[in-house]
Amino acid sequence: MTDSQRSQLLHLGVIALLAAAFFILPTYHVGNLSRIMVLAVYAIGYNFLFGYTGLLSLGHALFFAAGMYGLGLSMELFDLTTAPALMVGLASALIVSAVIGFLALRTSGVSFMIVTLMFAQAGYLTILYFGSYTRGDEGFVIQQADRVMFGLDLSNDTARYFAALVLFSICFLSVARLVQSPFGRTLVAIRENEERARMLGYNTVAHKLKAVVISGTISGLAGAAYALLFGYAGATFATVQYSIFPLLWVLLGGAGTTIGPLVGVIFMFYLIDLSSDITSAYMLIAGVVLVLLTLFAPQGLAGELRKRVFKWMP
Amino acid sequence: MDAVNILSTKGLSKAYGGIKANTDIDFALPRGKTMALIGPNGAGKSTFVGMLCGRIPATRGDVFFEGANINALPAHQRISLGIAYTFQITSVFAGLSLHENVALAARRRLGADVAAVNAKVADVLARVGLAERTDQIAGDLSYGHQRLLEIAMGLAQDPRLFILDEPTQGLADSEVEEFITLINTFAGETTILLIEHNMDVVMKTATHITVLDAGEVLAAGTPEDIRANAAVQAAYLGTSDA
Repeated sequence: MTDSQRSQLLHLGVIALLAAAFFILPTYHVGNLSRIMVLAVYAIGYNFLFGYTGLLSLGHALFFAAGMYGLGLSMELFDLTTAPALMVGLASALIVSAVIGFLALRTSGVSFMIVTLMFAQAGYLTILYFGSYTRGDEGFVIQQADRVMFGLDLSNDTARYFAALVLFSICFLSVARLVQSPFGRTLVAIRENEERARMLGYNTVAHKLKAVVISGTISGLAGAAYALLFGYAGATFATVQYSIFPLLWVLLGGAGTTIGPLVGVIFMFYLIDLSSDITSAYMLIAGVVLVLLTLFAPQGLAGELRKRVFKWMP
Repeated sequence: MDAVNILSTKGLSKAYGGIKANTDIDFALPRGKTMALIGPNGAGKSTFVGMLCGRIPATRGDVFFEGANINALPAHQRISLGIAYTFQITSVFAGLSLHENVALAARRRLGADVAAVNAKVADVLARVGLAERTDQIAGDLSYGHQRLLEIAMGLAQDPRLFILDEPTQGLADSEVEEFITLINTFAGETTILLIEHNMDVVMKTATHITVLDAGEVLAAGTPEDIRANAAVQAAYLGTSDA
């Protein structure tokens, strides 16, 4: 079996496992998994930029929120139906990430982190400023009537689970394919040594901009899907916290691996879930585990697995 | 411009503040030849080559490649025209395999044609003698092998002009000899601009030599001309002309 066949098998296996989980796991965990899969899409988007292109953004919440509010506000204010509203969400994320990418890519390294962080803060404050439309921190509920797509009521647990699974699978497989393409390989080259890539004749600035747009649009798709599937849009999702989350998920799961984002979200989700059963100071437990992982598995869970056992892992 | 020269410059100058690194350099590189660019430390060789590749913007003057003015082109577009550049300080993709390093170089031209890329990679790795290390990680190679990998990455681009910036710097004498042999294997196929300190390498590979000193062209000609040139001897040996 070649490495690429093994990767294919792994990816399809993960999807099959998630599909089977719906029938095996108790309702509580099925509900969790729907949420996890949507957040994993967000992490996949983040990983594309951070893990494969080597650009650390601290402002991805802006892209997530652009998708979320693009969908939510077009339903609230313009009475769009589900599918067009989802398109508006995608388009908003695409435009926002293109503009932010164009401006932020004039910087690199720490400056890039700070510039993206500041843009995201500006975005958050904008949502609060236009509180009469966005209802600020309080947010607004997406009406159940608006959550029907292709005849499926997405507020229903089963429909929601499989909608999340389809969305996750599409993003998971297409990003896995993209990073193996010549374009993806060039992004890895830029991550490894940008000047060398440039002096091989690659337009590294254009490549990085495309990576920001792809990453931002996937993140926005996750934001729009989150609003659609869970019926709520609020400014909390535009806060710094939601920029840090995908970074943590990807770091824990394994940056630059295809399954890392999913692994990271599952791990973090259940870490908080389980430790909050034990004590109300659950962040203390979570914090200690995170520190230990960073110390002993600096490449993340999937990253360490790849390093030690499965060298073929994509 | 004449077709004899693949690359030429006219009045190319660079000033860093008040310091003149290069002053009015008129330079011509005949097609298919191996030109060595030599000069003492601080003569402005790196600045000159940086301006050729587009890594350093020129203060004034023109660069022509294949007769066309390429002043306005950014570095990556100049490379795309068929200029390959190897770094003075080894610069490979340390975390990637040798195969992937060379494939990245080949892919820019050959695109998504996997078979053609693989063939090219196998071919150039064999030429530099790294064929059996194709799956190794570049960062694990010895310094000498990394320099060879750089050459392979240059060759994989099928360059019309191959700029080698101090390729033998830091190599052992035996490795330098291998390098001379290697350079001579592709010397006829492509035009080479060699920036080199080691006079032994220069004399054994170059068909033409340009000497830079204090940011200006001191002399240009065949190796014999240069060897006999009193001004060059003075610059290198530090004696005065008088």
